Amino acid sequence: MGRLRSLLIPGVDKQLLARDAAKVMPDLARRRFIAGGASLGALTLLTGCDVTDSFSAEEMLKKVSKFNDAVQAFIFNPNTLAPTFPESAITKPFPFNAYYDLDDAPRIDGKDWMLEVRGLVDNQKSWTLEELYKLPQVKQVTRHICVEGWSAIGSWTGTPLRDFLKLVGADTRARYCWFQCADAEGYNSPLDMATALHPQTQMTFKFADEILPRAYGYPMKIRVPTKLGFKNPKYVISMEVTNDYKGGYWEDQGYNSFSGS
Amino acid sequence: MPSLAASDQRAVPTTAKVIQPAWVRTVHWINAVAMIVMIMSGWQVYNASPLFAFLKFSKNITLGDWLGGALLWHFAAMWLLMVNGLFYLALGFATGRFRKKLLPITPGGVISDAKAALTGRLSHDDLTRYNYVQRLLYAGILVVGVLIVLSGLSIWKPVQLQWLTALFGGYDVARYVHFVCMAAIVAFLCVHVALAVLVPKSLRAMIIGR
Repeated sequence: MGRLRSLLIPGVDKQLLARDAAKVMPDLARRRFIAGGASLGALTLLTGCDVTDSFSAEEMLKKVSKFNDAVQAFIFNPNTLAPTFPESAITKPFPFNAYYDLDDAPRIDGKDWMLEVRGLVDNQKSWTLEELYKLPQVKQVTRHICVEGWSAIGSWTGTPLRDFLKLVGADTRARYCWFQCADAEGYNSPLDMATALHPQTQMTFKFADEILPRAYGYPMKIRVPTKLGFKNPKYVISMEVTNDYKGGYWEDQGYNSFSGS
Repeated sequence: MPSLAASDQRAVPTTAKVIQPAWVRTVHWINAVAMIVMIMSGWQVYNASPLFAFLKFSKNITLGDWLGGALLWHFAAMWLLMVNGLFYLALGFATGRFRKKLLPITPGGVISDAKAALTGRLSHDDLTRYNYVQRLLYAGILVVGVLIVLSGLSIWKPVQLQWLTALFGGYDVARYVHFVCMAAIVAFLCVHVALAVLVPKSLRAMIIGR
């Protein structure tokens, strides 16, 4: 905290100062992490001991989160299926949820849209919606669990991702499938290969037997019933098979990267 | 203790009597830190999707500042809570401490001790022996501790541990169980801390052992 303390001005509320400083910072991720640090400072005051400076406590938490990634990858059983439900259990209306409002959700013309496939694949090409619709599809009624705690049961129909990965000749020994989306801030998220190959992980084209509505990610979302909702990207425009950890929209802000259910 | 009372008390200095052995004290305070971090970060997690419309936790008493930060704390402190808790349970059973300190618990004993406590006539002279109300509360909070960890695991891993989640009546019910266990622990904590302040020598025993 020494470095921070020398920056403080007597008579100025440091929480207000931190808040003002956060406001002028352009990068959302930076702002979030610094805000976390500020409340750690409050913990230090509460316990009355000068444990550590907030930034190293933050480093410790990030390390534990990485350790938790490894633990979750270890306990992930590729043959364990997410529970499925009868159609009568479907949550109506199924909630829309994103970092933006529905009005700001991408408006995509299916005729212009293409899915770009890059990275460690034999067949690097872009797929039209028409081509993708021709692939065999399966339906699942599974529970979507949000990192916030709420859950909702939905019906998703599409092509198992593992079938598509086989089709494009993906190197399934690679570590990740990295997805990018069409929204303004460029949502993205890495999916570990073991989960990408899980039988229920799906390139989703339909919700409740209808063409995927805009609210749920038209024209394509990736449905991963073994992960939290934010690991289920919507409005997907590209997939990269890669050994590099490229981060993700929420992952970079501190959500646990594996986030398996 | 009767055997001691019979002998000359001066010959047996009371300071020699260890009320809380070192392992109990160590585990107790590690648990205290883990619990407080779990509860305060848990409240912040709760705020992201409250179970009750009337209840949100003030920023002043939560940890982590936002959902992502709170989850980092929650999923870090859980290891401390679990490892420490398992160590405590293992030693509690192995050393016979649970059996000696917490059993038997009889309804008659609980009722008469509760009455005595409420009328201010419950003796705290011998801290090595728990009265029936203490036994019931300490045994009860152990069960709640186990339940809060298991319900937490079933919320965290409703696919990999779906049998456990099903045991709690499904994902949504497990969230309520987790919440109710938290509420029970907070209620216990209030009484526990208040009584420790009222009987300071019990607090001293948990710090220096005597």
